[in-house]
Amino acid sequence: MFIKLTGGRLIDPACGLNDQKRDIHICDGRIVATPPMGVRPDAEYDIHDRIVMAGAIDPHTHIGGGKVTIARMLLPEDHDQHTVARTRLTRSGCGHAAPSTLTTGYRYAEMGYTTCFEPAMLPINARQSHMEMADTPIVDKGAYALLGNDDYLLRMMAARKDQQAINDYVAWTINASQALAIKVVNPGGINAFKFNQRQLDLDENNRHYGVTPRAILQTLATAVYELGVPHPLHVHGCNLGVPGNVETTLATIACLNGLPAHLTHIQFHSYGTEGDRRFSSGAEAIAEAVNANRNVSIDVGQIMFGQTVTESGDSMRQYAGHRHAHPKKWVVMDIECDAGCGVVPFRYSDQSFVNALQWAIGLELFLLVDDPWRVFLTTDHPNGAPFTSYPHLIRLLMDKSFRNDMLATIHPDAKKLSALAGIDREYSLYEIAVMTRAAPAKSLGLRDRGHLGAGAAADITVYREHANKERMFAKPEYVFKDGTLVARKGKIVKTTQGTTHTLRPDYDAGVEKSLKRYFDTYHTMKLGNFKIADDEIINDGRGSLTIQACKTRRTA
Amino acid sequence: MKHFTDSTRKYTDTPCPFCALLCDDLVITNKAGTLVAGKNACPKARREFNRSSHTCKPTMNGKDVPLEKAINAAAALLKTARQPMFAGLGTDVNGMRATLALADRTGGTLDHMHGKAAAGNIKVLQDRGWISTTLMEVKNRADLVILAGTDTAHFPRFFERVLLNRRALVGDAVKHREVIYIGDADTIKPVSRGTPKIRRITCKTQHIGTLVSALRALLNGTRLQARRIAGMPREDLHALCDKMRSARYGVIIWSSADLDPKHSDLTIQSICALINDLNQTTRFAGLPLGGHEGGMTAASVSAWQSGYPLKVSYGRGYPEYDPLRFSAERLLATGEADALVWISSIGSAISPPATASQIPTIALTSAETPTRSSYTVQIPVGTPGVDHSGQMIRCDSVVSLALRQLRETDLPSVASVLASIQNALEARRS
Repeated sequence: MFIKLTGGRLIDPACGLNDQKRDIHICDGRIVATPPMGVRPDAEYDIHDRIVMAGAIDPHTHIGGGKVTIARMLLPEDHDQHTVARTRLTRSGCGHAAPSTLTTGYRYAEMGYTTCFEPAMLPINARQSHMEMADTPIVDKGAYALLGNDDYLLRMMAARKDQQAINDYVAWTINASQALAIKVVNPGGINAFKFNQRQLDLDENNRHYGVTPRAILQTLATAVYELGVPHPLHVHGCNLGVPGNVETTLATIACLNGLPAHLTHIQFHSYGTEGDRRFSSGAEAIAEAVNANRNVSIDVGQIMFGQTVTESGDSMRQYAGHRHAHPKKWVVMDIECDAGCGVVPFRYSDQSFVNALQWAIGLELFLLVDDPWRVFLTTDHPNGAPFTSYPHLIRLLMDKSFRNDMLATIHPDAKKLSALAGIDREYSLYEIAVMTRAAPAKSLGLRDRGHLGAGAAADITVYREHANKERMFAKPEYVFKDGTLVARKGKIVKTTQGTTHTLRPDYDAGVEKSLKRYFDTYHTMKLGNFKIADDEIINDGRGSLTIQACKTRRTA
Repeated sequence: MKHFTDSTRKYTDTPCPFCALLCDDLVITNKAGTLVAGKNACPKARREFNRSSHTCKPTMNGKDVPLEKAINAAAALLKTARQPMFAGLGTDVNGMRATLALADRTGGTLDHMHGKAAAGNIKVLQDRGWISTTLMEVKNRADLVILAGTDTAHFPRFFERVLLNRRALVGDAVKHREVIYIGDADTIKPVSRGTPKIRRITCKTQHIGTLVSALRALLNGTRLQARRIAGMPREDLHALCDKMRSARYGVIIWSSADLDPKHSDLTIQSICALINDLNQTTRFAGLPLGGHEGGMTAASVSAWQSGYPLKVSYGRGYPEYDPLRFSAERLLATGEADALVWISSIGSAISPPATASQIPTIALTSAETPTRSSYTVQIPVGTPGVDHSGQMIRCDSVVSLALRQLRETDLPSVASVLASIQNALEARRS
């Protein structure tokens, strides 16, 4: 199959292209440098004057796993207002904040997104996460395994096991759960909550294990670095949502001692305590620290006004947040000595001082961090807002007068406290392409995604340029997935099944000896049954695995 | 398909699909196609695994037919049905995926054979939510376990696997672990042995909610006037309340099926409210037990694909949810459903409600199920974890297991039969 896209204006930061006119040749799902000799294209698309980017990548979106399905079960009212009928091509579904898997895949593809990552996969829940992602059509997917609250790791740390032993356990977990990266959520805090601790600062001990979040962060960041996992440790820090947590976040950056780390949904970790209401923006200090520490990347976790649901592994902070539940119902769960979760529906209001300031803080962060290669566009779907609000968010970043119009409508005290009105920056299309394609692909080690160079998977989004960037990004003209045209003007025209990106870091097989003892004594499952076989994901050809490369940096 | 020789094969650490605990430490021997469950098998597993290898054919009204004919007849039936009901739903993840795809295509309604018990929990989840926990947390952390109205008899190895462990990650938890039954003296039969610390509070099943509410009142500082509440002396209630307050990690376990069916949801609500109050000072969590015959699997797959944990209808072309209108019981009893797809591929002795005999039925049943002439179409299917591999979700909802194929068989899976029916249906479109 040979397809030609003729005359498009390519914005492809990974290949250094900024609005250059180039034809794209696709052979059997891959982009090739030169068209095959003497072969006429099976299909040719005239895309003169159209903006062409690689398919977008969402590096942090809660699309599959226990907490997502708990949210789906919890909120029938989210679904019956947002039903999606079956068509000849697509299955029916529903949902706004907690959409069904099928609807999730279609909506991402319609917006030009071709790869999505579930950032909080509990290893014990990994099998179900993969099942749900398998039922999310079209897009590629993958997941980050959660560590740092599991009793196994905390026991190892309490027993002062060496870094090498921990590296082996981390690598084993990535293999066993078919993960692409490692995430830590409220390091040690989820575990501490099970011992009735209600908060845990960076240097506070877990009551039972005597281990601090600082030590967990350093240990896991080191493990991820030494194992050569491409994506640095994905960090959801301590004290999420707590006024004053800007100090915790700055201390977290400092405690990494230059080790690479990705601080996720940093908006929720950038709060000061100034002003009459003891709640203020810490965005400036955070942006300054991010700009100064090149080992750190972030995603924002922008909030948008309206109804959503917060789904998090952070049972400690979600329990604390249940007072704000809207509607008034919520779930908190302790899970299998592995981690936990909390699901709290939430309605962000532009007339709430706190919510309005959260909105402004997120935008300040986007606009004050200089390097788009180190800030990724997320709403922490659905925690800040559903992913379907991305086109609106892009417009806020690209269009200062639109942003100021919005700013004028929020709670006046929040507006007064925010520096947003004084920020002139407008993102360019090139910078948007960096933060939604090139940068996440680079960070995650996806060598054949996020760019349009030879050898890349033909995940391609073609936009009609429009002054209203929300309109431009909501309904791309064409979306190709692995060379197949899957969406046209915001409508699915073909459904496909994406691959699952995983990693196979090396480990000493001896690690299973003590793991087996642990499983046999304390677990409710056998070690062998915990591991997810390739066949479970491949499932007779319904799915596929793509194994990305590790570059071991073992010091020993 | 894997190759099995005639010789004896032994499988260790085998997951068991026959109850929602999904124990995975069984030793199963395959002796020339006949399975024998050995070490770690409960009586139920022994009974269910002990299946002989015999061939059975699809039937139409009790008469043998080739599989293809049965599939075409099923497709023809579903093509003309205006409101097909997909019930039973005793299957694995792939089986549910195929069921949902076919229901979406045919405008069907879905409910599980244990949908009524599950509904008690779902109602509470959707009304107020809860604080819950999982088996391994209970095993390693719980120092106080309250069984509200259930003796866990439907989960034969629950005590052995979750409560009677000698070692735990939190050593103190097992050292001081106390187990208290609250429930009816006639129906609660303590199944545990070997632990001295099991206390029993006798209380009629329908009064458990009252007792729990009184505990909640006490916990919140209310003085009770009554001397006895739900048959329990006030002083004992005070003592129990203090015990709960001083627990480090308390767990209340219930089984919706064992509660008073008329208002199980109200009892569960009181329990969950009590748990929330206790969490203001200590840690407490609930553990709902249920989900047999693929119940938890069916509800979970349905929730992630349709948005709703079953009792969902695709009749209008998109998923609609109504726990009352879309219960299988009601749709079959009123005759609103005009065709039934009955899926029961796990347990061997489960039939659709008697009211279903009025409408044409396509039954996908495990090979041990007797042939019934009342079924329009009956297709014997493999059991996941016995005849083919698969995946199922455990009673505590976030943990799932991969099931194995243990013997060679010609029996198709639920997923493959339903996919064939759907293909035949698509072919009929033109």
